[in-house]
Amino acid sequence: MNDVLTAADIFMLLVAVTGGAAAISVVISRNVVHAALFLVVTLLSVAGTFLMLGAEFLAWTQVLVYVGAVIVLILFGLMLTRAPIGPMAQHNENGHLAFGVSTLLFLFLCLVIFRAFGDVRLDLQYTGAAALGEVIYVEWAFPFMALGFMLTVALIGAIILARREEGEGPVTDLADEIPARDSRDVTASPGAISAGARAPGARAAGGGSAPREVQQ
Amino acid sequence: MEPGLLDFPSLGLSIAVKLLIMVGFFLTAPLVAGYMEHKVLAHQQDRLGPMEAGIGPIKHGVGQLVADGAKFIQKEDIVPTAADKWVFSLAPGVALVPALVVMLVLPLGPGLFGENLGAGVFFALAVSSVSVLGVLMAAWSSANKYSLMGGIRAAAQLIAYELPLVLGAAAVVLQAGTLSLVSIVEAQADFRIFGLLPMWFVLPHAIGFLLFFVASLAELNRPPFDMPIADSEIIFGHMTEYTGIKYAFFMLAEYAGMVVLSAIATVLFLGGWYVLPGVTVPELINWVVAFFGAGPFEFHPVVAGLLGVGVTMGKIFTLVFVMVWFRATFPRLREDQLQRMSWLILIPLGLLNIVVIAIAKVLA
Repeated sequence: MNDVLTAADIFMLLVAVTGGAAAISVVISRNVVHAALFLVVTLLSVAGTFLMLGAEFLAWTQVLVYVGAVIVLILFGLMLTRAPIGPMAQHNENGHLAFGVSTLLFLFLCLVIFRAFGDVRLDLQYTGAAALGEVIYVEWAFPFMALGFMLTVALIGAIILARREEGEGPVTDLADEIPARDSRDVTASPGAISAGARAPGARAAGGGSAPREVQQ
Repeated sequence: MEPGLLDFPSLGLSIAVKLLIMVGFFLTAPLVAGYMEHKVLAHQQDRLGPMEAGIGPIKHGVGQLVADGAKFIQKEDIVPTAADKWVFSLAPGVALVPALVVMLVLPLGPGLFGENLGAGVFFALAVSSVSVLGVLMAAWSSANKYSLMGGIRAAAQLIAYELPLVLGAAAVVLQAGTLSLVSIVEAQADFRIFGLLPMWFVLPHAIGFLLFFVASLAELNRPPFDMPIADSEIIFGHMTEYTGIKYAFFMLAEYAGMVVLSAIATVLFLGGWYVLPGVTVPELINWVVAFFGAGPFEFHPVVAGLLGVGVTMGKIFTLVFVMVWFRATFPRLREDQLQRMSWLILIPLGLLNIVVIAIAKVLA
């Protein structure tokens, strides 16, 4: 085995080392926002790996979905809740356990990959978007639709879980809401919010006067 | 993929020429957009705008942005004490680089493009969505509550408006049957409404064009979607703590973003370098001279390419003009109005648009 490293090999190595280093930084970083930013580097290097393997469309999907959307959501969540500048004392009692488990998992995956492929050299070729579409929407159409259905179910489930039931959770202060003009409820006329409408559960109790709420 | 005019036999030479043209475009086009913003906005508000700074004998403020740039470089580079220094310094670069990278795939004229990627549209949309990361980094690292609020608003806005942008572009991809930006321009040259009238995609895709344009305004935090940098509430959003050259980078990123998204809209909806639907500039010139009885002229590919670049630039800056016009016309949308507009109007409209286009495509 005295292959000469080609430019592609060097690039692949660079991407792998960068991604690996960034992935370790994600875990050991003491600052959650820094961890999220290191995760960007890791995800970009995954996109780079896809690119080197000839999966161009998958690489740009990785950038669009993970770097452009998922990371933005993570940062959005961090900024909404807690995002102090500087190191943060993480209360993490399971650190050693997590280290052991992840090391074992890493070794296991290494073993599996080496046993499965060994010295096999894959003949990589460029896969265009059209070829990929053909495979997904023609050959694997049914699994694709099943996945789509499952994701829709998950989405609806998330909405149902997050939805506030009647008499549960903090009651919205009705004074903050702009009253509907066309409501039959006389208390909902502009500028005339009575104490009755302000009481919790008043909208559900007032029969026929709750057009905006779906009765469970 | 067909090689373009810039693909020379020597790889090194073609890379050098492409880089030179890209950097040249990157350094001039955003300045023109910025100058347009100064002057167009001024005239629409019945004032003159910059008049003194000029380049040589040409006055009317054409040198204003060059002078601004020189001023920004001289300013002190202030980093707040409480700021996260690394992230704070990296943020302007992260905001700027995506706009530069997208220019790699923009076809400006026939054969004049950096790289004709197979998934060009997708690449452009994916890379341009990264620039919001710079905004978020700046917002968080500034250690300023106004910056943080601006960042949160920017993130919420991006999540809401990324979808209409992609949906508008996806309908065009469906129609053209290709993801390559060059092939999309060519597909528009061959496109006929009802098999008769040659037309760009802007007419059958009027809804898609509207979605794309509105969403790109929101992506750029341009008025009326400038809630993240609303000066009367949160000073200047994520840019509040920035001074000097780093601030200039953010402004450059905004103008470069205007040019890049206008260029993508030009390619997707307005027929790229075709001066009329399906007619290039050399063909038009030959028609006109044939009308006066003169023989048809032969155009060198480079000349034809440059004429095409002129047409593309004209369309790009027309769209930039409309963006400035919007700024002078519409009041800022409130945060809830902004979210409602995307989730309840634009996204359903975009999905409906795709269904209609798909049915029309199958029937045609």
